Amino acid sequence: MYKNFLKIITFLSILVSPFLFTSAYAKTKVGFVYLTTPGDHGWTYAHELGKQMVKKEFGNDVEISIVENVPEGPDATRVIRELAKQGNQIIFTTSFGYMEPTLKVAKEFPNVKFEHMTGYKRTKNVATGNIRFYEGRYVQGVVAGLMTKTNKIGYIGAYPISEVIMGINAFAQGLRSVNKKATISVIWANTWYDPVKEADAAKVHIAEGADILAQHTDSPAMLQIAEKNGALGFGQSTDMGAFAPKAQLFASVNNWGPYYIKKIKQLKDGKWNTGGGPDHWAGNTWGGLSTNMLTLSNFSNMPTDVAKKAQAAHDEIKSGKLKIFAGPLKTNDGKEIIGAGKTLDDGALWGMNYYLEGVTGKVPK
Amino acid sequence: MIEFTPRKIQSSFWTILSPIISITITILIGSLIFKILSYPVIESLYQVFVSPFSRPDRIADIFVKACPLIIIGLGLIFCFKANIWNIGAEGQFILGALCAGSFALLFPETKTYTLLFSMFLIGFVGGAIWASIPAILKVRLNVNEILVSLMLVYVAMLFIDFVVRGPLRDPMSFGFPLSKVYPDGAIISKVDFPFIGFLGQFHYGIFIILILCPFIWFFINKTLPGFQIKIFGSSTRASEFAGFNKNKITFYVLLVSGGLSGVAGVIEVSANMGRLQPEVSFGYGFTAIIVAFLGRLNPYGVVIAGIIIATAKLGADNAQMVLGIPKVVTGIFEGMLLFFLLAGETIQKYKISIRKDN
Repeated sequence: MYKNFLKIITFLSILVSPFLFTSAYAKTKVGFVYLTTPGDHGWTYAHELGKQMVKKEFGNDVEISIVENVPEGPDATRVIRELAKQGNQIIFTTSFGYMEPTLKVAKEFPNVKFEHMTGYKRTKNVATGNIRFYEGRYVQGVVAGLMTKTNKIGYIGAYPISEVIMGINAFAQGLRSVNKKATISVIWANTWYDPVKEADAAKVHIAEGADILAQHTDSPAMLQIAEKNGALGFGQSTDMGAFAPKAQLFASVNNWGPYYIKKIKQLKDGKWNTGGGPDHWAGNTWGGLSTNMLTLSNFSNMPTDVAKKAQAAHDEIKSGKLKIFAGPLKTNDGKEIIGAGKTLDDGALWGMNYYLEGVTGKVPK
Repeated sequence: MIEFTPRKIQSSFWTILSPIISITITILIGSLIFKILSYPVIESLYQVFVSPFSRPDRIADIFVKACPLIIIGLGLIFCFKANIWNIGAEGQFILGALCAGSFALLFPETKTYTLLFSMFLIGFVGGAIWASIPAILKVRLNVNEILVSLMLVYVAMLFIDFVVRGPLRDPMSFGFPLSKVYPDGAIISKVDFPFIGFLGQFHYGIFIILILCPFIWFFINKTLPGFQIKIFGSSTRASEFAGFNKNKITFYVLLVSGGLSGVAGVIEVSANMGRLQPEVSFGYGFTAIIVAFLGRLNPYGVVIAGIIIATAKLGADNAQMVLGIPKVVTGIFEGMLLFFLLAGETIQKYKISIRKDN
């Protein structure tokens, strides 16, 4: 009796197992956590587009769950944990403030993979992803330098963190490559997304004589102000041309799709890992123009020769010929960072807490 | 024209039934909305109202979410019973969290129990001080407490924003506006249930409701000050004839309400965040107003109401995860619930008749 019972079980499990395995392989459950709604037309919208690319690439092989409007507090922990409990195998948490919640939940679910944007802490099952936004900003700087008449560039930053500062410095490098007289002044909005504050900052810049505006915040508000006042500017995260057809020169477009697809493929093939070492550096994805994680929207509202120079800068960064942070580099108060012939490495970029030449003022402490 | 005549006797039957009816109507209209937007109705309702109860850790998380709502709501009972409209619980919550947090960060060496105890005390005082501003203005100059308490919410938000950017910013936070992580002694730990382990985020702070709720019930219903508050709220003139001190009542209800909001802030930050950040409250102070009314200003009712609102919030997340229903749709539930509840209250308090004009 007992023997037969064992036989039946063995038989049944052999019969069923191919289905179990194929179905587990075929359908990968993917979770996304959004900070706001795709209606922000900026940061979260860019992630939404990436998610749609995943859907297109894998079709019915993935099952996607999203949760939008998740504040960066206890709710994030709960939502991420819930996604893990519901059997999602890989979870993309798309805002810096989800760092601690992601790490907390990842500890409880060692078999679930987590991809956190844009943090710096990795573990065995937490990888990080980020875009080399600064590459697009160099091209913005080139265009700004050629287009400005007042030689004053207004820049709106979110927070004085290294990611934003390296963007400002890259912009300055681009600007000074074509125009040594122009300067950048920075206003800190102290928010990633607040159309009212962003619009106010834009107005201040214009009142102070800036004719080209750039932003490291997420809403189209700055461009709308530029449009009204006859100034020009650059879009952020997604193509914002529809909001400012006469003001947008081009937009740096975040293209998360290829990154998502790569990571989900790695998971399906059992190749997802974050490597060893204390900082699991292999788990860091930091892509830019060369991997198509950053793209530029069409050049508009500029003469063809400017567009040509912008395109050339874009191509050279993409091919790796142009190094944005190549020496000699000097801070705006005259301190030398590196001499000629050297280039800042990625680690040095994340430690940036100074402005390069071309930027006015000081980094707030 | 429509005429409202106050009813002489309010049946306790309707007092209990009206929230139930409000919830029922909300669910019916909600189903209609799901139907119109072509989401599966039963499945949607299941996700919003039932799925949060479907697993022990989910139930635990309901209490985590409800905890600040209930504690603030319990405090608001005092104000609303006395007809004092404290709309600024959100600000008092923030101040409580900020004061207690600053203390924890400035004196990290204090021993565990002393540290937590002082944080509760300081949190209470912080919230109470914030609420005392509208209280003093109301008592001395008869300034409208609704406006003052509401506007102080924004002051509190900007103040904590300033503090985590400036004085208390963690130098290792890569420029992000975050304070240092609290010392271990200042953290309210999660409950390690025997044989089960941790359930969601369930933490020891939630147990404070078990003490607060009966205590407040007793205070309101069985003591003289509680009686004074009730009389003061239903008829100021009568309470004046009885010789009750109007200013004293106004002052104390605001203080207690603010203090409890502050305590809620202490618990929320110390149990769930472990550090100060620019946003520590996500509208708890405002949602708690709904909770207080949904609970009919009864302490036990507030506990149930807090659980209902928390359930709907968690359910909204589940509904989006499983069915892809946007949160704005589920957010309508909360608004409808308050609307029907207030409508129900009006019907219950007044006899409504249509009179022909001559």
